[in-house]
Parts: sequence; structure tokens; C-alpha cells
Amino acid sequence: MIAGRSRKARILGSIGLYGAVAAYVIFALFPLFWTLKISVTPQSLLYSEGITLWPSSATWENYKTVLRATDFPRYFLNSVIVSVITAVLVTVIASAAGYAMSRFSFRGKTTVAVTLLLTQTFPLVMVIPPIYRIMGELGLTNSLTGLIIIYTAFNIAFATFLMQSFFDGIPKDLEEAAMIDGCSRSQALRRVIIPLTLPGMGATLGFVFTAAWSELLFALMLISSDSQKTFAVGLLTFIGKFAVDWGQMMAASVLALIPACLFFGFLQRYLVTGLTAGAVKG
Amino acid sequence: MASVTITNVQKNYGAMNVLSAVDLSIADGEFVVLVGPSGCGKSTLLRMIAGLEEISAGEIRIGERVVNDVAPKDRDIAMVFQSYALYPHMDVASNMGFSLLLRKTAKDLVFDRVGAAAKRLGLDLFLQRLPRQLSGGQRQRVAMGRAIVRDPQVFLFDEPLSNLDAKLRVHMRTEIKALHQQLKTTSVYVTHDQVEAMTMADRIVVMHDGVIQQVGTPLELYDHPANLFVAGFIGSPGMNFLPAVVNRSGATVEAQLGDGQTIALNAKLPIEDGERITLGIRPENIEVGSSDALEVKIQVIEPLGLSTQFYTTLADVQVCIYAMGRTDRKPGDTMRIGIRASDVHVFNPATGQRIDPAA
Repeated sequence: MIAGRSRKARILGSIGLYGAVAAYVIFALFPLFWTLKISVTPQSLLYSEGITLWPSSATWENYKTVLRATDFPRYFLNSVIVSVITAVLVTVIASAAGYAMSRFSFRGKTTVAVTLLLTQTFPLVMVIPPIYRIMGELGLTNSLTGLIIIYTAFNIAFATFLMQSFFDGIPKDLEEAAMIDGCSRSQALRRVIIPLTLPGMGATLGFVFTAAWSELLFALMLISSDSQKTFAVGLLTFIGKFAVDWGQMMAASVLALIPACLFFGFLQRYLVTGLTAGAVKG
Repeated sequence: MASVTITNVQKNYGAMNVLSAVDLSIADGEFVVLVGPSGCGKSTLLRMIAGLEEISAGEIRIGERVVNDVAPKDRDIAMVFQSYALYPHMDVASNMGFSLLLRKTAKDLVFDRVGAAAKRLGLDLFLQRLPRQLSGGQRQRVAMGRAIVRDPQVFLFDEPLSNLDAKLRVHMRTEIKALHQQLKTTSVYVTHDQVEAMTMADRIVVMHDGVIQQVGTPLELYDHPANLFVAGFIGSPGMNFLPAVVNRSGATVEAQLGDGQTIALNAKLPIEDGERITLGIRPENIEVGSSDALEVKIQVIEPLGLSTQFYTTLADVQVCIYAMGRTDRKPGDTMRIGIRASDVHVFNPATGQRIDPAA
């Protein structure tokens, strides 16, 4: 706190700060709340009750229908497979690439960096036709493997830069100390650098997982059969020719939030910063 | 323990030459300090001994072995970094025992060695703490401990005290010196602080622009600086430099300052009448209140208790005078000072090299 300000001004300042934070949180979370609210609203009350914060009677009916009577569990599993494999692949590759970019100077380093950056500048829509063509020739349309390959390719550039910045944040001295202590470079990496980069890897894993989990465009273009659909595409099946089944769609959406929440809950302890505090002077 | 022999070692980064033809022999058990301003190549030289920088040309031996192509881990050296470089995810005991465990030393032997080192450094109560839970001084000790449990051939120190506050720095300086007297391990110590160099070294290596300027014991460097750089770098307060012209008439030789005043010089100096020279005079070699003397006006007085520093100008050059004891004089007073011929260092202003009297 700034010294010299009166007690009253401080209290008012705190109220203002927390008020602003609360307003933002409400603004950000309200759509989620609305999704939840509609998912438990019985079909009969959806249009008849007007706008209320909570329906007069709540029901699990939409969830039951989604889980038992639709292909949603299948979509869900597909999404888990695609997202987890993509996240792991990208994290491993981007960590290796980020380490190389951070620690070594090699011929063509700038070219590689610029090329990676360049891939991020194209609008995705522009590259869909050629990609569809390529994947068709390879027999990878309508397959989860195809999706994993594309998601991995598109996330690697950003993830590499992210990982590079984490490696850059680890003092070179630590590695050199380890090498003098008796490590080879790979031992130094394994025993000193990787333990310190876990938060970075966690962040990358989470970032890529979320990106793959909610991806719609490529999944929509490349996947045609029901058995290969991811949940983002699956949500569209609730939109019929004549009506949208809002209740079931929202129930499916709420279910789709669960893995992302679990995933971040699990990663949270790796995301705390400050693990390197105390490595060097302070 | 081993000697370190550096023969004609060079370091280039592309076209840039960082170290040119360095030759240095460090005896077994010796404590050598590499000192110089930042960018002089001292850290690069140390890192080349450690194996962290490649050697562009020349040869480094540790003991009898040429180590140019030996990996750092196989050189049997220990290094204390300026940043300490403690492993943040390991506690103090693991930090100190890491190198021994990597060498597959038996667990209980590691435990004993770490325990003994911790005790010696006063860290025995902190073995289970993480580095971030320690103070700066304690971290510095852990870094030392990590080096001494190894019992290596050579200790390398890269400005290990520069992150500590002044009081702790003086304390650790003494501790490192005491440690070296006990262990007698060959040590190479890099610093930019000439006081550290003077107090700790068996021999000092003064470096500037990638070139060794002079190698010698602290007092050799102090009493016989080889050139203007060493003369100005070693000693605090620094040596006074005055431009002068030689007046030689018969058996007497004088240096004439810009304002016409003269200072007697050693007649055996090989300098010609009319030659331009630079005089180097240490502040404590100027006698205050001397009778046969130059007259100066006091500008600033700094009382230090034990001694007093006067600042004045002589022929428009600022001069520092260091006198023992205290003074009643005031700024603005004039006083007489005397300089003995034997206390004047003479340098060639063009080359910067010292001119010694003929034997």
C-alpha cells in the first residue's frame, strides 16, 4: 500500500479494485452459467417461462438423453483421444525444438524461426483446400490420425516459441554447473533443466489440449462419418432441419467442459511460477 | 591437486579476438587471481580452463594432461559461479552431493563428505532447505560447499563475491583464503576488484583487452607496475599520473611539470634531456609539510579517522595525497609537499611501459 493515504481512501480503493474484478468475473462466467441453466431446464419450460435466472423446476433429463440416446459419448472419446495425443506430441516436439533454439546456435536457426513464424500468419481458411487435397491422397480424411497430424503441425510453431521462452528463463549457469559437476549435456538436461521446465511444459500441454479440444474448422471439413466425429462437430448434430435442441446441446457442452477443467486442475501445480526462484542471486 | 599450464591460448569469436596469445603457468597449490576491467577476457580464460568455452588456438594442461578436448565433467575441476548456480529443485544436501552421486560414490560416503563440508561452512542446520529459503551469504556457502566436497584438482571461482554486500564480501574473502590455506587446492579466481586480488592472491594476473599486462605477487605489482594500466589499476586510492618533461644537467635529473615546478628523479634513469615522460606517484608517497617542496592548494579533505586524504591540483592535474593521522588544515589552505626521487615511477607516455633505472 502507498504510505500516507488515509484509511478511508485505502478502503475505497480496495472496494473499487475488488468490484472491478468481480464485475469482470461475472461478465466472463455468465455465458457458462447460462449454458448450465439451459442444460437443466426441461424442454417444456424453455420458451414458456420467460427470462429467469433459474428454471422453476430443474431436470437431468437432457443429460440422460445425451449420454444414452445420442452418439455423444463416442464423439467425446474421439475428442479425448485427439486432444491428449496432440498435446503430448506437440509438447515433446516443441520442448526439444525450444531447447535447441534457446541453447544452441546452428546454421539456419534464423530461417527456421522465421519459417515457424510465417506459418502462423496464414488464415486457416486459406489452407483448407490444399490440406484437404493432401490428406485425401494420403487416405487420412475422415480419420482421427489425420486430425492429430494437422493439429500437431499447426500448434508446433507457437508451442516452440513458448517453450523457448521457458528455456531462456533458466540460467545457463545451471547447466554449466551441472556439466562441471559431472553431467553430460543430456544428463544436465534430464536432471536439472527438465525438472525446472515442468511448469512450462504444463502450460504448453494445457494450451495445446484446449486448442485441439475446441477446434471446429478442420474437424468439420475432414470428418464425415459419425464414428470419427469430435464433440465440437458433434454439437452441430443437435441442430436439426427445423429445430435446435437447446437443452441437449447445452448438456453436451457442459459435459465437454469437464475434461478441460480436470486437465487444468491437474496441471495447476505445475503452472505455479517461481520454481526457479533461488537458483541465482537474490 | 595439479598445476595448470596455459600455452599460447587464443580465443576468437568470428573475427573478434578476445584473448590473444595468453601464456601462464599456475603452480600446484597456488592461488592465482585474474583481475581486470569487464571485457578484458578474464572470465573467458577461466571458462576455457573449465571447458565451457572452446579454445581457438593453443593448449591448456591440467597436471600433465592436455585438456583442450576433454569435456568439463572429465577435467576434475570445481567451479563457483557468480550467480552461485544452485539447483533450485534440490535441497542443500543434494546440491552439495550431486557431483559425488553422479560419480556413483557410495551413499554413506557422500553423506559423510557433505556433512563434513557443511560443518566446515556452518551449513549443517540448513541441509534440508531449498536454495530459495537461504540468504545470499548462505547460498554463496552452498556453492563453495558444492565445490569442496569434490576434492577436485583445481578450484575455479568466477567473481563469487560480487553479489554479496560489502561487509559479507570482506568476511567471505577471509574465509575463502583460510579455506585455501587448509585445503591447498590449486585455485584460479576471477574478479574485477583489485582489493580482492591484492588480499587473496599468491600471484595476480592483470589483464586488459585480452592481453596479460603483468603477472606477479601483489606487492611486486604494487611496487613495480610494468605499465600505466597496471599502475592505475592496482592500489586504492589510485596512483597519481603527471605529464612532465625531462631536465638533465650534469649529474641531476629533474622532471619539469606543466607549471614549471620540478620533481627530482633518479639520475640512473635512461631518459634524455627534453624527453616527455609520465610520472606515477602513489598518494601515500607524497609527504605533507616537507620543507624542500612543491606548493599546493587544498581543495577537498576526506578524514578517514586513521588517515586523511587531501585532493589538490598540481600543474592542473588532480592529485590525491594520503597522509596518516589527522589534520587541522582547511580546504583553501596551501601546504608544502615533498616527493622522494626513489618513490617516483616513470613511464613512457607513448608506449605506456615502465622505465627502470639502469642497474
